Amino acid sequence: MTDNVHIVRSYEEELRNLDAKIAQMGGLAEQQFAKAFDALEHRDPRLAEAVIATDVAIDRFERELEEISISMIARRQPMALDLRQIMTAMKIAADLERVGDLAKNTAKRALAISNEAPPKAVMFGLRNMVDTALQQLKDVLDAYSDRDPEKAVAVWLRDAKLDAMHTSLFRELLTYMMEDPRNIGLCTHLLFGAKNIERIGDHATNIAENVYYLVTGTNLTEERPKKDTTSSSRPGGES
Amino acid sequence: MDLKSVTTASLQAPAKGNGTHAPVVAKVVANAVNVYYGEKHALKEVSVEIPPRSVMSFIGPSGCGKSTFLRCINRMNDTIPICRVTGRITIDGLDIYDPSLDVVQLRARVGMVFQKPNPFPKSIFENVAYGPRIHGSAQSKANLEEIVVSSLKKAGLFDEVKDRLNDTGTGLSGGQQQRLCIARAIAVGPEIILMDEPCSALDPIATARIEELIDELRKSFTIIIVTHSMQQAARVSQRTAFFHLGNLVEVGETQTIFTNPKDKRTQDYITGRFG
Repeated sequence: MTDNVHIVRSYEEELRNLDAKIAQMGGLAEQQFAKAFDALEHRDPRLAEAVIATDVAIDRFERELEEISISMIARRQPMALDLRQIMTAMKIAADLERVGDLAKNTAKRALAISNEAPPKAVMFGLRNMVDTALQQLKDVLDAYSDRDPEKAVAVWLRDAKLDAMHTSLFRELLTYMMEDPRNIGLCTHLLFGAKNIERIGDHATNIAENVYYLVTGTNLTEERPKKDTTSSSRPGGES
Repeated sequence: MDLKSVTTASLQAPAKGNGTHAPVVAKVVANAVNVYYGEKHALKEVSVEIPPRSVMSFIGPSGCGKSTFLRCINRMNDTIPICRVTGRITIDGLDIYDPSLDVVQLRARVGMVFQKPNPFPKSIFENVAYGPRIHGSAQSKANLEEIVVSSLKKAGLFDEVKDRLNDTGTGLSGGQQQRLCIARAIAVGPEIILMDEPCSALDPIATARIEELIDELRKSFTIIIVTHSMQQAARVSQRTAFFHLGNLVEVGETQTIFTNPKDKRTQDYITGRFG
C-alpha cells in the first residue's frame, strides 16, 4: 500500500468511501447468510421472512458501489493501485450480491420446510459447513480491509475443505433419500441449502483472488485444489 | 558503423513479415547519459533502449529531465551553450555524439515536433517543401510536389488543405498547424520523430486526431513522445519511461506501468499522490 495520500483530497475520500461501503456490504451479507441458516436450523419462518425482505438492501449496496466506481473511472481516470481498487470493489460487490441471493434462497427453503423435522446428523453437518463458510467470508473481508494477500491466499486454499464437507453431506442426504422416499422433498431442500453454502465459499475464493490482485497486481493463477466431486457423481454408484 | 554497440532490446516483438518472435534490435540506445546545465545536474546516468517502429512515452513531473533527454536524441541541447552531455547515445549503432557526425544530417533522421505548433510564416506547401529543398532531397519539381502531397497525406492533413496549399500555414487551426508541423517533419524522411508535448495546446478533438496519427505513424517511424497527460501516454505508447529528479526511475510496457508499476515513485506519480 502507498502511504502517501492523493493531492486531490476528495479523490482520497471517495476511495475510502468505496472501502467503507464494501465493509458494510460484506457485514450485511455475512449477517444475512448466518440468519438464513439460523432460520433453517431453528425452523423460524419469521426470521426467514426477515432475511428475504432484507436482500434488497444488499442489492442497493451493489448498485451504489457500481455507480460510485463508474463515476470515479469517468472523473478521475484512475491508474495503477487506484484503478485496481475500483475494479476490485465492483467485482467484490458482485460476489457479495450473489452471497445475498444465496442467503435469500436458503431462507425461502427454510420457509418451505419449516414444518418438517430434518435429520439431526444432517443439520449438524450443515451447521459445520455454515460456520466454515462464515469464517471464510469474514477472513476474506478482513484480507480486503487489511490489504493482506497472504490471508487471501489462505482463504483461497481453505475452500477445498468446504468442498469436501459438501461432498460428504451430499452423500449422506442421498442415503436418507434412498432409505425412505418420503424424505426426498425435505432432503432436496437441504441438498440445495448445502449447495448454497458451497457456492458462498466459491464467492469467498473469488473475493480472495480479487484481493490478491488488488494488492500484488498479479493474478492467482494456479489451479486450486478441488474437493467437490458431487457434480460428477451418480446416485447409487461410485463417484 | 560500430555494430558492437547495437544492443538487443530485451522485449520481444514479432519480426516483420514472418510472424515469428525474434529479439528486436533497439533503434536508439542510451548508455549512462548525463546532462549538466552549468552546475545543475539535470539528467543522471540514464540508460534506455528504444525499439524501432513503436511509440515510447516519457512521463514525469516538470523538471524531471524528460524533455532534456528527448533533446539529447537529436542534439538540440547543442544550441544551449552551458549544456554538457556525457555518456553515449546511438541510433542504429551509430554514436550521435561522434565529433565527425554532421548534426544537420542527424536532425534530418531525427525529426521533432514541439509543444506549440510553429509553422513557418509561409504557405502550407512551402512549409512542407522547405526541408526537402534545403536538404536537396527532391530530384525535381514534380518530385518535390510528390513529397509534399505524400507528407501531408501521412500527417492526415491533405484532404483538409488540398484546395488551399498556397494559403499561409499560420491561418490553419491549432490542430491543423500541429499536423502541418508533423508533415514538415516527415517530409525529410526521418526515421525517428521526437514529440515534445505535441497536444498540450490542442483541444480534445484535435488531440484525438494527433493520437490517431501517432498510431498510424508508428508503422513507419520510431516515435518518442514527452507528455504530461498520463492518459495520453497510456493510450498512444507501447512503452513508457518515468523520470523523476533527473533519474530514469522505471521503464517498461505501458500497460504494466499504468496498472502495476514496480517503483513506489512511479505509483505515487501516476496516481496523483506526489507529495
